[in-house]
Amino acid sequence: MKTRIVLEKVCVPKRRQLAYRILAVVLALVLGAAFLGVMGFSPMAIYRKMFGGAFGSKYGITETIVKTIPLMLAALGVSVAFRMKLWNIGAEGQLYMGCFAASWVALRFPGLPAYVMLPAMFMAGMLGGGLWALVPAVPRALFGTNETLSTLMLNYVAILWVDYLVFGPWKDPKGFNFPITPEFSEAAFLPAFGNSRVHIGLVFGVLIAAVLYIVLKYTKWGYEIRVIGESREAAEYAGMKVIKNILLVMFLSGALAGLAGMAEVSGITHRLQSGISPGYGYSAIIIAWLSRLNPWGIIVVAFLFAGLLVGGYSVQTIGLSASIATMLQGMILFFVLASEFFTEYRIKLVRREGVKNGE
Amino acid sequence: MNSSAITVILSATIIAGTPILFAALGEILTERAGVLNLGVEGMMLVGAVAGFSTAVLTGSPWLGLISAMLAGGTMALIHGFLAISLRSSQVVSGLALTIFGTGLSGFLGKRYIGVSLKAPFVKIGIPLLKDLPFLGPVFFRHDAMVYISFLLVPVIWYYINRTRPGLNLKAVGENPSAADAAGINVFRTQYLHVFLGGALAGLGGAYLSLAYAPSWLENMTAGRGWIAVALVIFAAWDPLKALLGSYIFGGLDILGFRLQVLGVMVPSFFLKMLPYLFTVLVLVISTSRRSKYVWSGPGSLTKPYYREDR
Repeated sequence: MKTRIVLEKVCVPKRRQLAYRILAVVLALVLGAAFLGVMGFSPMAIYRKMFGGAFGSKYGITETIVKTIPLMLAALGVSVAFRMKLWNIGAEGQLYMGCFAASWVALRFPGLPAYVMLPAMFMAGMLGGGLWALVPAVPRALFGTNETLSTLMLNYVAILWVDYLVFGPWKDPKGFNFPITPEFSEAAFLPAFGNSRVHIGLVFGVLIAAVLYIVLKYTKWGYEIRVIGESREAAEYAGMKVIKNILLVMFLSGALAGLAGMAEVSGITHRLQSGISPGYGYSAIIIAWLSRLNPWGIIVVAFLFAGLLVGGYSVQTIGLSASIATMLQGMILFFVLASEFFTEYRIKLVRREGVKNGE
Repeated sequence: MNSSAITVILSATIIAGTPILFAALGEILTERAGVLNLGVEGMMLVGAVAGFSTAVLTGSPWLGLISAMLAGGTMALIHGFLAISLRSSQVVSGLALTIFGTGLSGFLGKRYIGVSLKAPFVKIGIPLLKDLPFLGPVFFRHDAMVYISFLLVPVIWYYINRTRPGLNLKAVGENPSAADAAGINVFRTQYLHVFLGGALAGLGGAYLSLAYAPSWLENMTAGRGWIAVALVIFAAWDPLKALLGSYIFGGLDILGFRLQVLGVMVPSFFLKMLPYLFTVLVLVISTSRRSKYVWSGPGSLTKPYYREDR
């Protein structure tokens, strides 16, 4: 008598799916704790430190919100492309090109008044990211060139381009040789809330999430991009303009990542600098995935991930590496990926006796 | 530039290309089995830290090398489990592996920052060959790991193209259901090559921490894992072309660095862009002339295999 593992497709209700997801995150944190314990650290102390660092003080919460803004914007961008099954993993590069374009406006036209400057930087940031995303989108639309790898490659090109500028022609002559540009004129600073570093980019993010939610859920276009994602043939048969939509969706996706970049330079650093993003564009992919591309979910998950990031910095004060946060991000994603399997399949053990059957 | 300067640059090119070559050879094996593993960067980092810490604790770089391979392979099995058994998105799972590996290596490596290695891999000239004019200083005055990489290229080429298990591997990557019908164990083939791919990526990382640097630095791979992924496409999944590609990528790296030392900062950034731009170009050209080129990779790449669908 032999047992055989058989997978059965199942349909799990939405609420249970969410429960699985939360369970996966909890399991990842438990395993992370076990790992830290084995390595001879006190996991509770570390988790408490991280939680306290991210959410335990006014400063912590403010920093967490500050980091939420680029994560949320970039993740919203990624989610638009993912909806059409376009694997845009180039958000990091698109973010950098948004930084570049917005900084160009600020540095080239320092005399503009804020009411011209900020909208111009806003547009430039979106254009920079959007056009950069079109570079891989055009061959994808015309020839079906794999966008996963081309978007990824272009990240490095964009980062090197910004490095060239801040190490070369745009370098601040009074910057003690640091790879930074001169500070923008004050008209180019995004307004902040009170004295905090939390800037108006937060409002953009929430508004964009709302618009995306409505457009994707209730309009014909939202329906179209889902159909194209499921089956290009079916979409073409139904008369949908596939090429135009691939270009449009990739542009929009890149533009939102570019906006994240604009918000960083205009709201936080007030100048362009080397290494302006600590990998927001990559975290954005995880955030989009974890929230199942739901815009409201993205806001929540981006906030939690920002907390993980800020919490990671705070464990440095007890002599540990901030990479604990990165490690936990990876583990969470592993567990959520695994949990998805159980929302789609049920494992059944089937006994088979004597003669083979079912083969 | 005189001839000795050229041999110095070429020799440095080979050293710079070696970690990429190990990782690319590994990724070729993995992708030939139909599994895309974007976690190379993470596996290299974990291999680098595992190799370094083992070498520091035991005093033996060879034990470090073995530990790096085991660490890289184990990392790859996480991806293998998700991608093969749980049918997760290979893109997302691979990214998760890179993120996890970056974090894990940074965490484990913290105590090794600034530690020096007593016995790194040292350069050993190969008797007779090292005295060949030009070829000697370029190819035969390296450390043991470089020679291992020289040997691995023909071995892997032969394995893929001329042996039974290698042909089975190709069959699984091209068409898993047909391979399954022919009696090949698809899952075992995939798991094995995902593991080997990770082990080689770990070796590539260990090259950095045990021979190239030799020390441990957070994020010391600096994108080489991603270059390896790109290189596999550039090399059309062929180990011989991967050798050539690794040295081109390594050469551009060295050239950029040399120019920077000479105070010519600006073009070095553009030189460093070239490998990435070139890879994008290869991707576009290979797909736009689909009929003429067989540059599309293994047929089942990124598609999980469903046995019931047979």
